Amino acid sequence: MRQSQSVLYFIIFISVLFSYLNLPSDLKFSRKVMGKEFSFTLPRPRVNFKIGNWPSDPELNFKKGLDLQGGMQVTLLANMDRIDKGQRQTALDSVSSVISRRVDLYGVSEASVKTSLINDQYRLVVELPGIDKPQEALSLIGQTASLSFATPLYQTNPASPSAEPTLVDFIPSDLTGNDLSSAAVTFETDDRQPAVSLKFKDSGRDKFAKLTKAFLGKPIAILLDQSILSAPTVQSEITTGDAIITGKFTIDEAKFLATQLNAGALPVPIEILSQKNISATLGDASLNQSLMAGGIGLAIVIVFMCLYYGWMGFISVLGLLIYGLITATIYRLIPVTLTLPGIAGFILSVGMAVDSNILIFERYREEVRTGRSHPVALELSFGRAWNSIKDANLATVITGLILFNPLDWSFLNTSGAVRGFALTLLLGILISLFTGIVVTRTLLRFFYKGAKQ
Amino acid sequence: MKYRYLFLVFSLMIIIPGLFSLYTWGLKLSIDFTGGSIITLSDSTVIREKDITQQQADEIVDKLKKDNRNVKIASFETLGPAMGQETIKKTFYAILLASLLLLIHITHAFRQLKFGVCAILAMLHDSLILLGIFSLLGHFAGVEIDLLFVTAALTVLSFSVHDTIVVYDRIRELQKRLPNASTYDLANQAVSETMIRSLNNSLTIIFMLLALVLLGGDTTRNFALALLIGTISGSYSSPFTAVPLLVIWDEIRGRKK
Repeated sequence: MRQSQSVLYFIIFISVLFSYLNLPSDLKFSRKVMGKEFSFTLPRPRVNFKIGNWPSDPELNFKKGLDLQGGMQVTLLANMDRIDKGQRQTALDSVSSVISRRVDLYGVSEASVKTSLINDQYRLVVELPGIDKPQEALSLIGQTASLSFATPLYQTNPASPSAEPTLVDFIPSDLTGNDLSSAAVTFETDDRQPAVSLKFKDSGRDKFAKLTKAFLGKPIAILLDQSILSAPTVQSEITTGDAIITGKFTIDEAKFLATQLNAGALPVPIEILSQKNISATLGDASLNQSLMAGGIGLAIVIVFMCLYYGWMGFISVLGLLIYGLITATIYRLIPVTLTLPGIAGFILSVGMAVDSNILIFERYREEVRTGRSHPVALELSFGRAWNSIKDANLATVITGLILFNPLDWSFLNTSGAVRGFALTLLLGILISLFTGIVVTRTLLRFFYKGAKQ
Repeated sequence: MKYRYLFLVFSLMIIIPGLFSLYTWGLKLSIDFTGGSIITLSDSTVIREKDITQQQADEIVDKLKKDNRNVKIASFETLGPAMGQETIKKTFYAILLASLLLLIHITHAFRQLKFGVCAILAMLHDSLILLGIFSLLGHFAGVEIDLLFVTAALTVLSFSVHDTIVVYDRIRELQKRLPNASTYDLANQAVSETMIRSLNNSLTIIFMLLALVLLGGDTTRNFALALLIGTISGSYSSPFTAVPLLVIWDEIRGRKK
């Protein structure tokens, strides 16, 4: 009994903690006690620590999917016909990096660009929340990266001709991304610091040699999509077609620069495979409708459980509320991206959570009917119902895993909608096993003393 | 289990029209499978086109605006035909893999092949009913099969098995207690003992789904409807298909001996 007492305290503890984490907004209290005014604000929790990239949102807000907040999802096919087999993955990473950069410059927050390889097709899935001009965004994403090298233009100030000429602009030269063979991160510098090496094709070697000769000691700008990526200063004339850009790079910065340069060296035309955009108003309406439906369904279930199983049913409803709290908290913590199918998965899992309880309660009634005393019947019913609960839920977990496809098997589904559903269903089953077995059992042990005969 | 053949006849009465519809009209596939484009306007009208681009969609809506219809694009979806083919293939693999794993799981859990096979047969029964009804709905009410339907179908598979396992578990338990009883008697007792639980459990899930069908958004309506039909069929099939099949299995084995 002592052990289950600590379980009870634990349940109360997490209920309070998780209720706090799920507060809708800052709570203000003020009260007059013996003439003095006390007031304080219970702030909505914020997380002040970070482990790696987790948690991504310190305010722990729910993360809404595109179908709920509106936005655009595009699947793109990268045409690799003109790229060597060995360089295709590099080329794909570069395209992805270039698109991310353009999207960032365009000002979309929380955009995501993912790459995948399905049946020899190199694909990119771009998600842009809150886009309201899809055509503009599409033309932004769809263009092939263009890389060019530009030479500096200096102008002397007519007011003081003796002063150093100032750099006013860069003029594109005839050296372009087509002349570049590849770029890579290298450590083969004098100080062993990360740097980026460039390798030019035969067509580029002479052009580059000419440029380095003409602009020795001056900067040459590298332009990607007409904006400056880097402007290294020429340190010597280079005739071999191999150059190294040094600078105080971190490894990540060097990698980023090399990837972007490769986008110019390995130009990959892209085409749209599929596209989906949803306006924000439609998203809001769907969210409200599903929440409403879920709420009403839940209310009916609660009434049913209380009417049919009485006090026992009421306790299981408490367990169900704790289930809701735990689920909401986990959604915030991971964070789980909420989509319409995801909400449907959650609603379905509520139904399954209730099932564990019904199984146990029916078992309990049977045991009481065969003449066992209340505490014995309670423990027996949990023990005996466990077998079927375990096997039955394992069946759902198996299907859930196939739908979620955690190992990214390319012969199975990878669609976000299906995965969203599978994730909430899987989480729902695992959490409901905990609340159905541990929480409800403990609550029943303490607060249910048997039916009055 | 006296009426075991009657139950199967009843199932067939629902399955056969469905199969007929599947054979003659097939399923009405959405653009998830066929490729194509759908524009939904702010006043809920739907325009279907062959695989068009965003620009073409904008032009269509601009034309409508000139005709004095004050509409905007609420959602626009387009999918190339190749993607659709891929979805069909993946769906097929998913169902195959699910059936295989569930067969292994049940056979392992109950230590006898017959449990696994009968549960999978009952599961197929539910999928046939679901597919048949949606084929009829597609023909008469224009309801489409999309990717979410596939998700619903797979969930129904697991729900069907979930429910069947509960009844089988009772048979397994009774078997230990009454080692000399026939499968026929065990089945009868197990079904009547688990009936209330099955009914109550299905009712709670049906409440939730009914709320989703009636009140949830358009996007999830057909999805919830598929789950609802599957749940009802799944609850029915556990005592009235999976268990009779088990009894019939033993009868055939008994005759051979």
